[in-house]
Amino acid sequence: MLELQNLSFQVSDKDSPQKEIIKNISLKFDDHTFIAITGPNGGGKSTLAKLIMGIEKPTSGKILFNGLDITDMDITKRAKLGISFAFQQPVRFKGIKVKDLIALAFGSSLSTNGACEYLSKVGLCARDYINRDVDGSLSGGELKRIEIATIIARNTPLSVFDEPEAGIDLWSFNNLIKVFEEMHEARSNSLIIISHQERILNIADEIVVVSDGQIASRGCREDILPELLNGAGGCKFYQ
Amino acid sequence: MDDIQKNLLQQVAGLHEVPAGAYNIRANGESVGRATTAHIDIVTKEDRQGIDIIIKPGTKNESIHIPVVLSQSGLTEMVYNDFYVGDDCDVTIVAGCGIHNGGDEESKHDGIHAFYVGKNSHIKYVEKHYGSGDGRGKRIMNPQTIVELDEGSFMEMETVQIRGVDSTKRTTNAKLGDRARLIITERLMTHGSQRAESFFQVDLDGADSSANLISRSVAKEDSYQLFVSKMNGNNRCAAHSECDAIIMDNARISAIPEVTANHLDAALIHEAAIGKIAGEQITKLMTLGLTEEEAEAQIVNGFLK
Repeated sequence: MLELQNLSFQVSDKDSPQKEIIKNISLKFDDHTFIAITGPNGGGKSTLAKLIMGIEKPTSGKILFNGLDITDMDITKRAKLGISFAFQQPVRFKGIKVKDLIALAFGSSLSTNGACEYLSKVGLCARDYINRDVDGSLSGGELKRIEIATIIARNTPLSVFDEPEAGIDLWSFNNLIKVFEEMHEARSNSLIIISHQERILNIADEIVVVSDGQIASRGCREDILPELLNGAGGCKFYQ
Repeated sequence: MDDIQKNLLQQVAGLHEVPAGAYNIRANGESVGRATTAHIDIVTKEDRQGIDIIIKPGTKNESIHIPVVLSQSGLTEMVYNDFYVGDDCDVTIVAGCGIHNGGDEESKHDGIHAFYVGKNSHIKYVEKHYGSGDGRGKRIMNPQTIVELDEGSFMEMETVQIRGVDSTKRTTNAKLGDRARLIITERLMTHGSQRAESFFQVDLDGADSSANLISRSVAKEDSYQLFVSKMNGNNRCAAHSECDAIIMDNARISAIPEVTANHLDAALIHEAAIGKIAGEQITKLMTLGLTEEEAEAQIVNGFLK
C-alpha cells in the first residue's frame, strides 16, 4: 500500500540553518490496515502525514503508493490516486457551503440526502448544517466533524487523519471512534491516524511511535500500548 | 432584437423572452417593448431621457423588468428612471445593463434610478451589469441609485457586476425614515485593466431604522477597485457595513469606511478585509482532487455566489 524509503525532511530558520524534522524514516504499511502514529508533540508526526499527502516535499527519500513512486507528484495527483487527508485545523471558506464541500469530496454531484448521510455519520444533524457556509460561523468541533465527513465521502484506499480528536467534545469523540471502527471493519481501505488518544490507539492494528523525527518503536497494539501506558520508551506523555 | 441584444438581455435580466408583469426594454437608446399592468404604470419622461414607474398603493407580488442593452459601438446615454412606490406594496424590480462593444468607440450608459418608497412597502431591487464584445472601444457604466425609504419600509438591493465592464462608478445614496430597513449586497469582479469604484452613503434619519451593506469583491490581473462607504446614524438606529475582498495578481483595492454617530443610540459597525486567497484553502481543495486552478476558481465562485 504505502512505503516510505529513507525519508528525510529539513527546514531552515535563522537560529539553525538546517533543522531535521524527519530523520531517515523507512516504513512499509500493508493493505487494509489501521495504523496509529503517536508520540510526543513536536516529534514529527504531522510532518510525516503532510509528506504522505504531498503538502510538504521531502528533502530526500522516496514515497511509494501501491508500488508507484509518488515522491514528485503534487497534492492533486496523489488525491486522484486515492489518498485523503484530514487536516488537524480544518480550513474555513467564505461562500462554500457544507453541502458543496462534501460534494467536491465525493467527486460528482451529490443529492442533499447523500450529503446528509455523511454528516449524520459524524454526529451532525444534517438539516441544520447542509446549507451553512464552512466559515467562522461554525465552531471548531463542528468544522472538525465536517472535515472528517469529507474524508468519509471520498472513500479512498488510504485516508490520513491528523489528530482527528483535537477540538472534538466527548460526545462527538464516542461517535468518532465508531466511525473509525466502521471504516476499519469494512476492511476495504487503509487508515493512518495521527493520535494521542488511547481509545484510538486501542483499535489500531499497529502503532508506530515517532519521536524526535525517528521511529522510536513499532508493533501491534498489544505490545506497544502497554509500553506507552507504562511510560516506557521515553513516552512519559502518556503516563 | 438581434441575437447579441437577446444574449445581453439574458445576462442582465435572466430573460429569454418577454417577461410577465410590467416591463420596459431599452435597446440602443430606444424603448423596444413596454407593458404595464393594472397596478403599475410606466410613463416616458417629457423633459429628459427615461421613464417614471408608478406603483399603486397595495400592489403585491408583482414584478417590473427594466433592462437596458447597448450593442451599437460609440453610443453614449444618460437615462433617468424614477420609481414611485405607494404604501403597502411588495414588488420585485429587475434592472440591469448589458453593453456589447464590437467597435473602437466608447459605449457608455449612465443610469440614475431614484426610488421613493411609501410606508410599509417591501422592494426587492436587482441590478446586473455585463459587458461583451472584442472591440477596442470601452464599455462604461455609471449607475446612480437614490433611495428614500418612508416609515416601516424595507428595501433589498442586490448589485452584480462579474465581467466585461471596463469602467464603472457606482453611487448609492439612501435616506431611511422611522423603522425603515435597507440591505445592500454588492458582488463585483474586475479583471484586465478595469476600474470599479463604489460610493455608498446611508443616512439613518428615522428612529429604529437599520442598514446592512455587504460587499464581496474579487480583483484580478491589473484591475483597481475602490470601495467607499459612509454611514450616518442620525437617530436611534443600527448599521453594519462589511467589505470583503480577494486580491489577485497585480490588482489594487482600497476600502474606505466611515461611520458617524450623531445620536447616542446609534450603533454602527464597519468591517473591512482585503487579502489574497489563503494558501491552505487551495491546499484543502487540492486534497479533494481539484487542481490548483480549479481550486482557485471554486474559491472565487463561492465567494461571489
